[in-house]
Amino acid sequence: MTANETALVLLALCLPFLGAVLSPIVYRIFKSYAPWLLALLPLFSLIQFVRLVPQIADGAALTGGYDWVPSLGLRFSFLLDGLSLTFAILITGIGTLIVLYSGGYMKGHPQQARFLSFMFMFMGAMLGIVVSDGLLMLFVFWELTSITSFLLIGFDNEKAASRRAALQALVVTGGGGLALLAGVLLIQHITGATSLSALFETGNVLRDSPLYLAAFILVLGGAFTKSAQFPFHFWLPNAMEAPTPVSAYLHSATMVKAGVYLLMRLNPVMGDTAAWSTVLPVFGAATLIVGTLLAIRQTDLKLMLAYTTVSSLGLMVMMTGMDVPHAAEGAVLYLIAHSLFKGGLFMVAGLVDHETGTRDLTKLGGLAKAMPITFAAGLAGAVSMGGLPPFVGFLAKEGLYEALIAGSLFATIFLVIAIIGNALMFAIGFGVGLKPFIGAKTETPKHAHEGPALMWIGPVALGLTAFLAAFFSHYFNTHFSGPMASAVAGEEVEIHLSLIPHIGLPLGLSMLTVAIALVIYWKLDAARAAMAGLLSRLGPGPDSWFDSFMRGIVRLSFRVTQTVQPGRLEFYITATFCIIAAVLLVSLVSFGEMPEWPGLPDDVHISHWVILGLAVVGLVAVITAHNRLTAIVTLGIQGFCVAVLFLLLGAPDLSFTQFMVETLSVVILTLVMTRLNLVPSDHRALGQKLFDGSIAALCGLGFALLLMRTIQVPFNDELTVFFNTYSRVIAHGQNVVNVIIVDFRGTDTLGEIGVVMITGLAILALIRVRAGKTKTQPVATEEQAR
Amino acid sequence: MEFLLSCLVGLFFAAAIYLMLSRHSVRIMLGIAILGNAVNLLIFTAGRITGFVPPIIPDAMETLPSGTANPLPQALILTAIVISFSFFAFLLVLTYRAYQDLNTDDTDDMRAAEPKDQPMPPLGY
Repeated sequence: MTANETALVLLALCLPFLGAVLSPIVYRIFKSYAPWLLALLPLFSLIQFVRLVPQIADGAALTGGYDWVPSLGLRFSFLLDGLSLTFAILITGIGTLIVLYSGGYMKGHPQQARFLSFMFMFMGAMLGIVVSDGLLMLFVFWELTSITSFLLIGFDNEKAASRRAALQALVVTGGGGLALLAGVLLIQHITGATSLSALFETGNVLRDSPLYLAAFILVLGGAFTKSAQFPFHFWLPNAMEAPTPVSAYLHSATMVKAGVYLLMRLNPVMGDTAAWSTVLPVFGAATLIVGTLLAIRQTDLKLMLAYTTVSSLGLMVMMTGMDVPHAAEGAVLYLIAHSLFKGGLFMVAGLVDHETGTRDLTKLGGLAKAMPITFAAGLAGAVSMGGLPPFVGFLAKEGLYEALIAGSLFATIFLVIAIIGNALMFAIGFGVGLKPFIGAKTETPKHAHEGPALMWIGPVALGLTAFLAAFFSHYFNTHFSGPMASAVAGEEVEIHLSLIPHIGLPLGLSMLTVAIALVIYWKLDAARAAMAGLLSRLGPGPDSWFDSFMRGIVRLSFRVTQTVQPGRLEFYITATFCIIAAVLLVSLVSFGEMPEWPGLPDDVHISHWVILGLAVVGLVAVITAHNRLTAIVTLGIQGFCVAVLFLLLGAPDLSFTQFMVETLSVVILTLVMTRLNLVPSDHRALGQKLFDGSIAALCGLGFALLLMRTIQVPFNDELTVFFNTYSRVIAHGQNVVNVIIVDFRGTDTLGEIGVVMITGLAILALIRVRAGKTKTQPVATEEQAR
Repeated sequence: MEFLLSCLVGLFFAAAIYLMLSRHSVRIMLGIAILGNAVNLLIFTAGRITGFVPPIIPDAMETLPSGTANPLPQALILTAIVISFSFFAFLLVLTYRAYQDLNTDDTDDMRAAEPKDQPMPPLGY
């Protein structure tokens, strides 16, 4: 990537974040024109990425970036190949449309500017995931999408259901994100590569590592939660609490595909192992079936779509993992087709909801006349979802079947699952895109008419794109799906599928799918009833387990807090000193660092002995003091002994300060103690005294032994020598201690003065509070009397 | 001398901690005052007793001659003494105010911040 291109990619990545900042301002100035203006930002990003298409189509993988944390070898770097570029184009392209759609959908909402801000933030984060080259950079953006998704799902924060759904999505995807972080670090540890492009150079290192399985499971933890794979699928339908633009953009077209993106990304270095090509298809297929069966049961248009999104994601994961020749092609074609038709269908569902006031399938019908454009867009989405020509969904389904007809029993099982899943999705797709528009006209809460241009531009443009991609299938395959499949497979792949069907097994299977689908569509109501009955017999699923899990966490943390923090100071102090004693003694003993017995000293002057003895007497006296006066005086004794000790040991500065401070301490202590009508003697029971005494003795022993050991190792006098040598020469002071305080460590002293000042202010405040409080109380009259 | 000082430091710590383990705020205050001295002596001793002469460079010399006390721990302790004093003064006033407002000097009865029988946080969303 040239420096210019790197800068432009960075700009394209930053524009959505700029939009997040600008959105409230633009809304304030331009009001209803704001969405049109704001849509220019992602449009510019889109153009930027489209300009790179020819280079990528030639098989190039562009990398470039900037240093981030050079000392850790981290770079803010980009990787653009077929996979990331197609994703980037989907994100910015659908993003442009969704900005317009949001403008229409949220029109008049008091927080519409904030909503668009969140949407832009998400767009930037999602774009960041797909253009990231650095592994940790990818993780950061990954988590950012979880957070923005949380904000968007909980946008209606006054509804408990929204709050629950938002928290659920955050817990599930955020938890998966942590697994991904561990996985990424493990991959870095195994291969030494900190970026994707470096990782691709490592060949089989990851696959052959004994830690492969751990890395694999951790990465799956991230991908499966994000892409709502069974058994983590439950958060996605709940996320439908969000406004429809969010469902269309985050929870169908882009964010939920981040997990699939990750798997496709890592396929060249982690794929083709027994674990990979078993676990992915099995979980993918399970998700596919669970998703479609749950979708049948729904009558809410958005929920039907949400569950089919779950199943589509399952299909993509299944195809990514399948170890058959053309699996990657099927997977990428389906991914692109799904983004186009599912985004469009969600927008259609939102339009219907917006214009009629309901999105309950059983209450809708005959809207075709009132909402012709919406109907056309919905039908286009349904046809593409059903895998019929002339839309790109057809290419996708042909691709899937062609890949799965590999002959092996394993592949054939998944072929059957894919056919059943596709047929069910076909039926549901038409349930959303066709059923509300035909039949007898029903009464809806609002009188139905065509929605504003802002809102239908999106689904129409997506439908048109799906058509054009299929119509110009050669250009589409060479410029988008082909390079993307090559990036996923890790080798050059060409796709030749077009709208002209080849007579063969795939076409026959397509027809079989349609036939099954038509039967289901015909009997949709009966199928729904049957499914509802079956599910009610199955009992609670992961969604209610989540509630139990969250309640369990709250209870557990409450109990832990109660045990660890009983609110008694005595407990805290005891625990602290027990640990200090243990740390000192255990580490001294277990590392064999006990001091040697030095023998009784013989060179100690008699005056030293006297002072040491006096200090001990002072300590004993404080502990045993029975009245206030004794306590104050004896506290003074030990303090002055320390001061004299400093004087004798060549530290006059310390000594003077200590004298002053001890005097002041005694004065303040006297002031306070004479007002506190308290007896300072020990109230503890004997047992308690012994226990506390042992802890204190152990701590004291620990400190003494530590100090003895310290003075037995050679002294590093580097700093002392420095100060001794330079105090006079460069700081022009003869008293070395003073020079250190006011010159070498002057800033430190300034901080100390700050601390003293703040303490003084705090003391003043404490006393003032009392004065203010007691004004109405007898003490005040006492003051007046004076 | 260093050995004797180490023993003294141990005694200072033991006395300070024994006082701090009491439930009565006045005794805790006494303990904190002693703890400050204990730590200062610890730093002082860890810097070694290299001489009894104060670290002041004579007029005729450019650098400090050997056989004087180590100036570095002294500088550190000088800061520590002042800080621990202001800390002690603040705690004393706080103790005094706490006694006035709560009418107790028993830390077990001071439950304003962490009251007994706190209710379980809400389990919903």
